[in-house]
Amino acid sequence: MAKIIAGIGSSHVPAIGAALDNGKTEEPYWKRVFSGFEKSQQWMRDTKPDVAIVVYNDHASAFSVEIIPTFALGCAAEFPPADEGWGPRPVPVVKGHPALASHIAQSVILDEFDLTICNKMEVDHGMTVPMNLLFGKIDKDSHWPCPVIPLAVNVVMYPPPTGHRCYMLGKAIRKAVESYPDDLRVVIFGTGGLSHQISGPRAGLINSKWDKTFLDNLSKNPQKLAKIPHVDYMREAGAEGIEMVMWLIMRGALDDKVDEVYRFYTVPASNTAVGHIILENHRRGGKTPARRKPAAGKLKHAAARAKIQRVRG
Amino acid sequence: MARKEQPYDDIPGTFVFDAERSRQGFGINMFCMSLMKEENRRAFKANEAEYLKKFKLTPEQTEAILKRDYNRMLELGGNIYFTAKLGATDGHSFQHLAAVMTGNSQEGYAKMMLAGGRSVEGNRSRSGKNAPSRFLAGAAAATKPAAAKPKAKSKSKSKSAKRK
Repeated sequence: MAKIIAGIGSSHVPAIGAALDNGKTEEPYWKRVFSGFEKSQQWMRDTKPDVAIVVYNDHASAFSVEIIPTFALGCAAEFPPADEGWGPRPVPVVKGHPALASHIAQSVILDEFDLTICNKMEVDHGMTVPMNLLFGKIDKDSHWPCPVIPLAVNVVMYPPPTGHRCYMLGKAIRKAVESYPDDLRVVIFGTGGLSHQISGPRAGLINSKWDKTFLDNLSKNPQKLAKIPHVDYMREAGAEGIEMVMWLIMRGALDDKVDEVYRFYTVPASNTAVGHIILENHRRGGKTPARRKPAAGKLKHAAARAKIQRVRG
Repeated sequence: MARKEQPYDDIPGTFVFDAERSRQGFGINMFCMSLMKEENRRAFKANEAEYLKKFKLTPEQTEAILKRDYNRMLELGGNIYFTAKLGATDGHSFQHLAAVMTGNSQEGYAKMMLAGGRSVEGNRSRSGKNAPSRFLAGAAAATKPAAAKPKAKSKSKSKSAKRK
């Protein structure tokens, strides 16, 4: 049986991709951002998922205004990086997992989530930037460490799906994954956000209090987040901050009880507050570790490392 | 046709790209999308007004594009991810567009971002709805010690009552 083992929340700021592609990661401004993902890359190397589902949004790359699917699931064998105006990002073509993807499509549609199926789709920075942040920089002629199933969500045209709808879709995806016969360890990414507004006279808005409250509630109180109305996201977290609903798909796909094993937050990357979190499902059955108190800073990282060792050991 | 007032129209300095604006601004966004191709960028740069005739645009929309009035484009149905392609065609960074839209210098805008961005305080509402979201208020109460739990409930209630 396939199983979702962990969820990753991450911003997908395009400038992060540009900094990576143009060799700026050592500049102090960008080092501040990239250093927050070093431990996550180690976590990912240790976790070695078989498949990643990446929930993201397209930014006028694969979808223009001609067709605006609310949820679009990538069922293709591969997804080329899109040309976003500067040539495609120099990252490997993303290999899909068509068998699991079409299984998920069939399962969630019968669960009344009417997805659009994409058998041909290019993917933009919304997907490849978080992949770089977690998998590291990978040469264009090399390959990503695991197959990836893209799930594109419309957050460009209002209204995006509600937070509740996203959360429930996450639950349906989990059910779908768990009914897949092969033993696969799956991680799911929720991307976008956190607070930012890039349009209009109010551009530049950042609301760290909002972001932190969102992250605080994500592990223990996701139902509460699922009730936030769209207008609150736009008012508090910026017109484009509404992307944060995509994190709720990731959260919905996890157990009710999760361990927050890592968190990172910094302002700004370009116009955006960068948020990142790693949540692990409690291991079911047997030797569940004694409840760890959520520790701050280094302690939390140490706890994460200790947990990783236990998982691998 | 006048735009139907929406609750989010109360957010200052913000043009929410909703279904109505998407319909209204289809021409603007399709024009911007066309700039993904080098040959189109060249044709546009060679004769902007002539190139724009290929798209269904109102005179106001055409004017906003020619004048690079980015806020007006958003108001008339342009979407920022699309209009940014026009900025890129002009060779401008996104931060330049942000500065233009906010009436700031690029340097001033960059400084504001480095200092933590634009504060939400005083920027929530045109009509004085400046109380933080109920979600934030409730969350702040919830992080207090467990003993304060029942209190927190009544507190958030009184807050929402105030709003009404």
